[in-house]
Amino acid sequence: MEEATKRNTHCVIVEHVDRSYGRKQVLFDISLRLGHAQILGLLGPSGSGKTTLIRLVAGIDRPDRGVVHLLGERLPRLSMMGRIGYMAQADALYGDLTARENMGFFASMYPLGRSRKKERIQVVLDLLGLTPDADRLVREYSGGMKRRLSLGIALLHQPPVLILDEPTIGLDPLLRQTIWEELYRQKDAGVTIIISTHAMDEAEKCDTLGMLREGRLIGSGSPGEVKAAADAQTIEEAFIRLGGGGL
Amino acid sequence: MRIWAVALRILRQLGHDWRTMALMVLSPIFVMTLMSLIFNSEEYNPRIGIVNAPASFVERLEEKDAVLFRYDAYGAEMALAKDLVDGVVDFSNGLPTLEMEGSDPGKSMAVQRLVEAVLREPPRSIARPPLLEVTYLHGYKDMAAFDSFGPILIGFYVFFFVFLIAGVSFIGERNNGTLERILATPLRRWEVVAGYILGFGFFAVLQSGLIAWYSIRVLGIFMVGSFPLVLAVTSLTAMVGLAIGTFISAFADNELQMIQFVPVVIVPQLFFSGLFDLGTMPKPLQMAGRGMPLWYVADALRNIMIRGTGFEEILLHMGVLAATCLLFATANVLALKKYRRL
Repeated sequence: MEEATKRNTHCVIVEHVDRSYGRKQVLFDISLRLGHAQILGLLGPSGSGKTTLIRLVAGIDRPDRGVVHLLGERLPRLSMMGRIGYMAQADALYGDLTARENMGFFASMYPLGRSRKKERIQVVLDLLGLTPDADRLVREYSGGMKRRLSLGIALLHQPPVLILDEPTIGLDPLLRQTIWEELYRQKDAGVTIIISTHAMDEAEKCDTLGMLREGRLIGSGSPGEVKAAADAQTIEEAFIRLGGGGL
Repeated sequence: MRIWAVALRILRQLGHDWRTMALMVLSPIFVMTLMSLIFNSEEYNPRIGIVNAPASFVERLEEKDAVLFRYDAYGAEMALAKDLVDGVVDFSNGLPTLEMEGSDPGKSMAVQRLVEAVLREPPRSIARPPLLEVTYLHGYKDMAAFDSFGPILIGFYVFFFVFLIAGVSFIGERNNGTLERILATPLRRWEVVAGYILGFGFFAVLQSGLIAWYSIRVLGIFMVGSFPLVLAVTSLTAMVGLAIGTFISAFADNELQMIQFVPVVIVPQLFFSGLFDLGTMPKPLQMAGRGMPLWYVADALRNIMIRGTGFEEILLHMGVLAATCLLFATANVLALKKYRRL
C-alpha cells in the first residue's frame, strides 16, 4: 500500500541504481525522486554520468542494479516510450530532410492520426518560430535552429514527461531564454521535466537538483536546500564543497 | 504504420539526394557498357613472325587469320624483344622451332594452338576429313564472353551497390544519433529493420530492374529466359545485399571502415560466383561458393538467361537467398539491442 502511494505521488523514482559499461562503472547507487509538474536538473561536469542517468530515466537503457519508476511504471517498458518526450544531446535530425519532413517522421512513431499530426506539427513550428524555414533542408539550418527543432520534436506528441539532455548547450543567451520560457510553459501545463546541464546558472531555475560527480550523487534537493546543506552562497560553491573540496 | 513511416523517410531522403540516386543507377550502367565493349570484341588474331618457313605453311597460317611478319634470324629476335610479335616460328634448322614473347600466357597459348594445328594438318593432296558439325544446346557458336558472365555482373552490381548504400546510410544513422533517437520512441527494433528493407528494397528493385533491362534490351546480352524471373532474382539479391550491408555496418565505426569491408565481404564472393572457372581447384574450395549468397544469385541468373530455366529449377536458389536475407535481418534486430535493451 505504502509503495503504491509513493509511486503515485512521485513522477520519477530512482532507487539505488548502478550502471557499468564493460568494466567501467558509470553510476554508483543513485537514488532520486521528483514530483509531478516539477523540473529536475541533473547538474555535473561532462563525464559525470548525466547522460547515462538520463538514458535510464528515458527507458532506453536498463540499470544493472536498482529500479527506475516513471509515472508509476517500472522501466524500461516499451509502452512508456510514447509518454516520454526525449531530446538527445546530439541533434538527432535527418539533414537530408526538411524540418517538416523530420517532424512528420517522428510524429508517425506515435499514434496521432493524420490530421492531428499535421495540426501538432504546425503548432510546434509556430511555437518555436520555425514556420518560415519549415520546408528547408535541415542540413542548411544553424546550430540554434537545429536545437529548437530537436526540442520541437520532443513536444510533438504532447508527452506528460520531457527528458532533455543538455538542451541549451552551446546556445546564445537569448535562445537559452526562449527555451527556458517554453519549459516553464510546459511545466505550467502539468508536464514533468528532467534536464541535464553543466551550466550552474541554469540550476537555479530547477525545482529539484541532482548533483553528479564521477557517477555519484553528491547532493540533491531544491536549490535552496542544496546551498543550505553546503553552507554556500551559490550553487557553484555548493557543488565544489559537496564534491569534496578542491577539484 | 511505423514501418511505412521508416520506409517513406528513406525514400524521401533518397529523393533529396540526387547524387546518390544518379550514382546508384548510372554507375552500374556505365560499367556494364564498358564491360560489353571490352568482352564482346572479336577473337584475338595472334601476331607470328616467320623465318625460312615453307610457302605451304605460311599459306595455311594466313588462312587461319594469323598476322604474319617475315624476318631473318636477327630481325626475329629484335621483333620479339620489342613485342612486335607474340611468337616466332623458325624453320632454319629444317625442323620448326617456336619461340614465344611469353609475357601474356593467353597470347602464347593462341600462337601455339594455331601453329600446332597447321603443322598437324595433313598434306593438301589427300582427301580432307569431313567437316565436324557442331550444334549448341545452350548459347551459340562463338558466344561472347560478356554473354556468359554478364548475368553474374548484373547480380553482382545489384548486390554491391545496395550493400554499400544501405550500410553507409545505417552508419550515418548510428553516428548522428538518429538511431538512438528513434529508439526512444515506441518504435520496435524489428520495425526499424523491416522499414529499412522496405524503403531501400523498393528503390533497389527499381534499380536492379533498370540494370537488367538495360543489359538485356540495350546492350543485347544473351537472354532466352523470362524477364520477370530475372527481376525476381535481382530483387531478392537486393534484399540480401541490404540485410548483409546493414548487419556489417554494425562492425564499422564510420563510412571508410564500411568500404574496408568490401574486399572481405564482396570480393571473395565475386571470385566464387562463377566469373572464373574453378574447375581446376580442389573440390573443397570449389564448394566454398555454395556458402556464398552471390553464387546462388549468379547461378540462378545464368540458368535463366542462358539456359532458359523456369521457376521450379531455381526454387532452391531463391530459397537460400530468402533464408539468408531473413537470417541477417534477424541478426540486425538483435544487434540493435546495443541501442535499446527492449
